[in-house]
Amino acid sequence: MHRTVPVFLAVRELRFARARFALMGAVIALIAVLMVLLSGLSQGLVRDGVSGLQQLPVTSLAFSHGVAHDAAFTRSVITLDTVDSWSRQAGVAQAAPFGSALINARSSSGVEIDLALFGVDPGSFLAPKVATGSPLAAPDGIVVSSTAADAGLRLGDTVTVDRLGTRLTVVGVLAEQHTFGHVDVAYLPLEAWQAIHAGAGPGEPLSDRARQEITAVAVRGDDVDLAAGDAAAGTESMTLSESYGASPGYTAETSTLTLIQVFLYLICALVAGAFFTVWTIQRKHELAVLRALGAPTGYLLRDGLAQALILLLAAAAVGIGAGVGLGSLVGGGVPFALDVQAVAVAAALLVGLGVTGAAVAIARIAAVDPATALGGNR
Amino acid sequence: MNTPTETARQAVPTTGAHDPALLDGLFMQDVTMLLGDGDDTVRALDSVHLTVAPGEFAAVVGPSGSGKSSLLAVAGGLAVPNSGTVTVAGRPMTAASRRARTALRRDLVGFVFQSGNLLPALTALDQLRLPTRFASAGAVKRDPMELLAEVGMAGKADRRPHQLSGGERQRVGIARALVTGPRLLLVDEPTAALDQARSRDVVQMLARETRRHSVATVMVTHDTEVLQYCDSVYEMMDGALSRV
Ligand SMILES: Nc1ncnc2c1ncn2[C@@H]1O[C@H](COP(=O)(O)OP(=O)(O)OP(=O)(O)O)[C@@H](O)[C@H]1O
Ligand SMILES: [Mg+2]
Repeated sequence: MHRTVPVFLAVRELRFARARFALMGAVIALIAVLMVLLSGLSQGLVRDGVSGLQQLPVTSLAFSHGVAHDAAFTRSVITLDTVDSWSRQAGVAQAAPFGSALINARSSSGVEIDLALFGVDPGSFLAPKVATGSPLAAPDGIVVSSTAADAGLRLGDTVTVDRLGTRLTVVGVLAEQHTFGHVDVAYLPLEAWQAIHAGAGPGEPLSDRARQEITAVAVRGDDVDLAAGDAAAGTESMTLSESYGASPGYTAETSTLTLIQVFLYLICALVAGAFFTVWTIQRKHELAVLRALGAPTGYLLRDGLAQALILLLAAAAVGIGAGVGLGSLVGGGVPFALDVQAVAVAAALLVGLGVTGAAVAIARIAAVDPATALGGNR
Repeated sequence: MNTPTETARQAVPTTGAHDPALLDGLFMQDVTMLLGDGDDTVRALDSVHLTVAPGEFAAVVGPSGSGKSSLLAVAGGLAVPNSGTVTVAGRPMTAASRRARTALRRDLVGFVFQSGNLLPALTALDQLRLPTRFASAGAVKRDPMELLAEVGMAGKADRRPHQLSGGERQRVGIARALVTGPRLLLVDEPTAALDQARSRDVVQMLARETRRHSVATVMVTHDTEVLQYCDSVYEMMDGALSRV
């Protein structure tokens, strides 16, 4: 019968009571601004926390058995022979040794810099592709994140590891940001990593045991039975995304932000619900008149929902625009990254939950008694 | 006269000489409605009989609380009586489902309320356009602008209710009630908020429109001044209706 969305009354009311709707729209828009900023912050934290891991061409990492999950990258120590064990597992396309360590260092130009050292075999699939300079090869050559270059580290600079005095030379720079636990990643040959990990300074001999030690086996493959591989190699695997949780502070940061965002959505639903509850109660008599005139309940419900949707969409659009504008002003010191998809999902949730809150309020329309339209004591 | 539909014939029990399905206006027979519950029930309508033919302008007077609004509610399908027959143009207004009664109101009944009860957000013209938007496909829809001209409001079609006087609002209310071509027009105290001259204007207009559109009109009023314009006058007393 009335298949089109009725907005005849909806848009006229929006125009007529524009002050009230603008006030409500402003609240939703502010929530949207906050939502965009939080989305940028959480994306930024993810990027600073685990972008170095996200760009590893691996599907899972095998750490030492029983290692604390939130500190696996610094605590885990396994031996090189586990790599062979993993190579033999069904479904494993490639397996390679991987070492990680967090160090403090000083560049030749005097810049103090923290680095996450990723030790890899330069011939393995883990070897990074450089944007400028040359790939990993020289025993003391490192390939660094593009953000390290931004921080003042140049091609050809030498970096001296604190305490050990080991000197490393920047031979290549990566195309994108590679960070781990808010620290720039520097790739280096596995042997050099093993020396630093074992605490051996320049020229000091490395024990046979230290030559066997790595942090994890990096595995790439489809449908790999991780449990079987772990049983065979005596390791403990995490998928790549599980391993993000092992990045320092990552879980705490992301869960705090997620919690704030969830609260924001709930607030949006409640605010929209409260506003439309008051609005519907105020219009109770008008609605009774419309019902008496024969307006179908469905017509009035659709009209009310269309009104809520128009308001929420307009307010969210304004808020997102303002949020993106504000986000572009955020300085380099703050981890902030706007991701179109993340903002789109957040906006859809915001509008969706807002409409849900409004819908609960608007449903009262169905309960309005048309008989109350008559004057007198009804 | 309209030929009543087959379904209406089946749905309405016929009683002797009066075949309600054959009546084109309002037909109420032996209508009783109890309101409230428990020990507190009120006989708002007590065996009410009322027939209003198309083009007839009937008035109902009576003290406050005597059941006048209840009569209109039942006649217009806003409330269902405990017993009795109510038909408009041969269709039963006592249909069980809310949805069916809403559809009957939409197609057959026009309401004029105490102070116009216009929607504050809409202009005079839009007040008339709104009901035509949810009217049934087959319903008679009159031209809103023409109707506004008929009640002398063409010049103020763009005004919203707060920019109109009480009398003007009431005229727009009358035009709105007629825009879907109802067979029954129910009017509850249309002059309660108006002075004597305005009241006379509005009631004269109702009388004129009743005849012009050949609609059965029932008007509840406290204003004995205006009864001279009505074709028939009834008095309500403790739920019982009698012709004066
Ligand atoms: N919802 C209700 N529940 C119980 N009793 C009701 C209800 N509505 C009305 N009544 C009672 O029914 C009787 C008739 O009410 P009604 O509104 O029809 O009177 P009325 O003649 O229109 O009065 P007025 O001139 O004051 O408008 C009154 O005694 C009233 O108190
Ligand atoms: Mg009354």
